[in-house]
Amino acid sequence: MTGPATLQPAYSWSRIWREEKSRGVVIQIMVVLIFFATIAWLIGNVTANFAALDKTFGFKFLWQLPANYDINQVLIDYNSQYSHLRAALVGLINTFLVAVVGIVLATILGFTVGTLRLSNNWLVARLAYVYIETIRNVPVLLHILLWHGIIINTLPHPRRALNVGDATFLSNRGLYVPCPLFEDGFGWVAIAFAAALIGAILYHRRAHRIQMETGHQVHSVLIGLAIVIGVTLLAFLAAGSPIGFELPALRGFNFQGGINLLPEFVALTWALSIYTSAFIAENVRGGILAVNKGQTEAAQSLGLRPGKVLSLVVLPQALRVIIPPLTSQYLNLTKNSSLAIAIGYMDLVATLGGITLMQTGREIESMMLVMLVYLLISLLISSFMNWYNNRVRLVER
Amino acid sequence: MKATILSILGAVVAMTMAVSASAGTLDDVRKRGHLQCGVNTGLPGFAAPDDKGVWRGFDIDYCRAVAAAVFGDASKLKFTHLTGKTRFTALRSREIDLLSRNTTWTFSRDVDLQLTFVGVNYYDGQGFMIPKKLGVNSAKKLDGASICIQTGTTTELNLSDFFRTNGMKYQPVPIETNAEARTNYLAERCDVYTTDASGLAATRAALDKPGDHVVLPEIVSKEPLGPLVRHGDDQWADIARWTLNAMVAAEEMGITSKNAKAMAKGTKNPEINRLLGKEKLQGREALGLSADWALNVISQVGNYGEVFEANLGPKTALGLQRGNNAQWKNGGLLYAPPFR
Repeated sequence: MTGPATLQPAYSWSRIWREEKSRGVVIQIMVVLIFFATIAWLIGNVTANFAALDKTFGFKFLWQLPANYDINQVLIDYNSQYSHLRAALVGLINTFLVAVVGIVLATILGFTVGTLRLSNNWLVARLAYVYIETIRNVPVLLHILLWHGIIINTLPHPRRALNVGDATFLSNRGLYVPCPLFEDGFGWVAIAFAAALIGAILYHRRAHRIQMETGHQVHSVLIGLAIVIGVTLLAFLAAGSPIGFELPALRGFNFQGGINLLPEFVALTWALSIYTSAFIAENVRGGILAVNKGQTEAAQSLGLRPGKVLSLVVLPQALRVIIPPLTSQYLNLTKNSSLAIAIGYMDLVATLGGITLMQTGREIESMMLVMLVYLLISLLISSFMNWYNNRVRLVER
Repeated sequence: MKATILSILGAVVAMTMAVSASAGTLDDVRKRGHLQCGVNTGLPGFAAPDDKGVWRGFDIDYCRAVAAAVFGDASKLKFTHLTGKTRFTALRSREIDLLSRNTTWTFSRDVDLQLTFVGVNYYDGQGFMIPKKLGVNSAKKLDGASICIQTGTTTELNLSDFFRTNGMKYQPVPIETNAEARTNYLAERCDVYTTDASGLAATRAALDKPGDHVVLPEIVSKEPLGPLVRHGDDQWADIARWTLNAMVAAEEMGITSKNAKAMAKGTKNPEINRLLGKEKLQGREALGLSADWALNVISQVGNYGEVFEANLGPKTALGLQRGNNAQWKNGGLLYAPPFR
């Protein structure tokens, strides 16, 4: 693509435009110029306005102590005396939590509904159809507000909380469950569990190899499960049940102790999950329909049961069609989680892009960081899904 | 190539410089034909729509006063409704000319955020509201409570300080607007709602049974609320500042919306004459205002006391006493500098 070199020695300026190859180069140079000019204009504009406002550009504010605000869901050590950076990190982890739990839930729901949508049972297929069409045609923000409204308005006040065995409580302040406390000797149980797991995997591999060689089938999954549970349980009892529980109890205004699932977290995760699941269901349906009917019939004629037909023949082929659009649904869910602020769930946008931005007056820097982080998360999910897509891709012989 | 890029860059920078170096705010406002005023998204008594959909309130009346001073017509005014989080960005990015949204004057907002507070029009403090049935009578007994709080406000920081210094814990429930706070408070998602005491009075007054809720006696902070403008345009800041001072001074001198026109014909008090344009007020022309600017403010909007009574006073749903917001002669903090 070295423009001038490809031209004839005796050229006129008009020839540059006439020849397709050199014209392409000229157009590309112009596009690049316009692109950089636009960027330069944006930067120039920001710089000029910063100068007019006597502001400086920098990220020092992130280390500024203290952030001076509290966060309602804290998964790492945090209080108001930590820095803005730490507060942003707490928000980021909250974002991750919603994204991961949401993606898992949405996948399970989506695959289930998508398969049901293709059921031969008229009622089941219709119900799945209604589910998909109602859910995906309502804006996701309304889903979030609706579920939050339902939770805080229908669930009782903590003093009248629904009580399950004095250990688990459900109220409009969220779900409180016992928090496990690991005592001395728990390490042994963990080691036993890991050893059993490795053993089960090795056993499963061996069973798989035997099946490939001889066709003899062993129910290795069930046996493996039995190994893991049995060994862990034995170790647990041998070590003298080294686990205790901190029970939540009503003290003063709220329950104290235990693990608290905030209503905002539940509402947000649930709303994002069911919204995204409707789209995933359609992807799954499309993927399954893309598999030639002859494949199903061939599998059936081999004597495979319907469940096996789906899991061994149809789904592996359907996945190739499902995964690329699935990736974009995962990205959507993650990005939609930034709507958390609408119900007061303190994610990255609420901490760094909200309170920190407000208290420090660093709009450009904060928003740039928030955008950068979302970009990074999206790229992370994309690259993982691309890796997975390559793994399930049709191996051509 | 390099030269081309550089020249384009130069042109671009020059262009943006030309755009940003615009005229003063007063000229902008005059050219536009109306004042763009940033106000609350809804807080009864301060800024809220009446049953005809017209926005009314204490903060709204100040916007009207500035419009009257600039245009001689209090109705040449448009509102931008802002949350606690969006207000300063809107002001700094020139989306609005003036922010009149129960905003606390603090050091860092004045210095670090580069805003100019033109005075205090309401001396407030942060308080707590709680349902009576919870039987709490002091903010020191709020350990463990869930607390609804407007995010991006000074109250958020005060709350954190108050609980930390008293060795108590709480669960913040961050919300964006007063309306959301009300919804969460009524659904008992939070036990307590905290904001400026005036805002609590306003919210409480709008509840179905105000008697079922109490505002706790502790006021945990100083919240001097006032209107503000951007740094860097002293002429515009002076207009905003002296409009507020004119309203306060008018009350002190006994000028009301009813008698202002009569008094403008001349009185024995030279300061009244200077304020209402009968005698020369040195420097008024430099401010770019007409001789009857203060007369327009007072006759169209009213003096400070009238505005207070109409929006916040004992006869309104909020039922606030003047307290710190009385004239200095009556034991309050209002003290307008002389018009001389």
